[in-house]
Amino acid sequence: MRADPRALRFGAAITALVLALVLVTGSAWLLAAQAVVFACGALGRQPYGMLFKALVKSAPEETEDARPPRFAQVVGLVFAVVGLVGFLAEITPLALVATAAALLAAFLNAAFGFCLGCEMYLLVRRLLPAAKMEVSK
Amino acid sequence: MTGVWVVLATLALGLAIGVVRMLRDGRVRDRPGDRLTEASLGAPLGERATLLQFSTAFCQPCRATRRILADVSAVVPGVTHVEIDAESRLDLVRELDIMRTPTVLVLDGDGNIVKRASGQPRKQDVLAALAGAVPDPASHAPSHESDEK
Repeated sequence: MRADPRALRFGAAITALVLALVLVTGSAWLLAAQAVVFACGALGRQPYGMLFKALVKSAPEETEDARPPRFAQVVGLVFAVVGLVGFLAEITPLALVATAAALLAAFLNAAFGFCLGCEMYLLVRRLLPAAKMEVSK
Repeated sequence: MTGVWVVLATLALGLAIGVVRMLRDGRVRDRPGDRLTEASLGAPLGERATLLQFSTAFCQPCRATRRILADVSAVVPGVTHVEIDAESRLDLVRELDIMRTPTVLVLDGDGNIVKRASGQPRKQDVLAALAGAVPDPASHAPSHESDEK
């Protein structure tokens, strides 16, 4: 599957804005809404991306692989859920740190086109099998 | 009010990370290291040099990097492009300390690692790295002398 890089950048910018608002207002509801957006993105139906497609009719000059940004949406979802747990359990530092981590990733993607979630993938993979092997021993 | 400070601190950190990355990304550095054999690569080495690219499925710039390196290996004689799926060769990834994809290693004709680039390298940097690291084929222009090794 292919993705329009402009839609991805647009989606990252909206995501960064929403997450900044979550931090400023401390609204768990807004974070819950963003978590739903991440979940839709993880399933390949990113609502902000669909909004971009509705607004901008022109075709992109080039497209890119849709799997990395989808993986990044999963990473975003994990942070959003951890942040929600923090808000609901009233563990404020957890809520702030998790939301800030998601904001950092979204901001880097929007401003620099750098996909933090995608880059984490290999680091996570490097650690996992070693951990498994130790358990099996 | 804490939230506002967290937002500002996060954006400042993001800016710093982004700028450092823009400066360092894809730069080809001298990185003399181990020697890789055809057996450990699972692919034949180039006669003069090998451009060894580590990729993953979840990697946006890997495709563009593949295009650049394929171009270079097509243009420069004796240079081979080998792409390795990092996930299927985690042994090599750990051994060579590959932290990101794409990572490109430039190997000389004997498989010695001479250069390394993390992130998508620019084509002219790859060409320059090849010219600097590997003897110029023009000086060994196809002649009878090229038989001696």
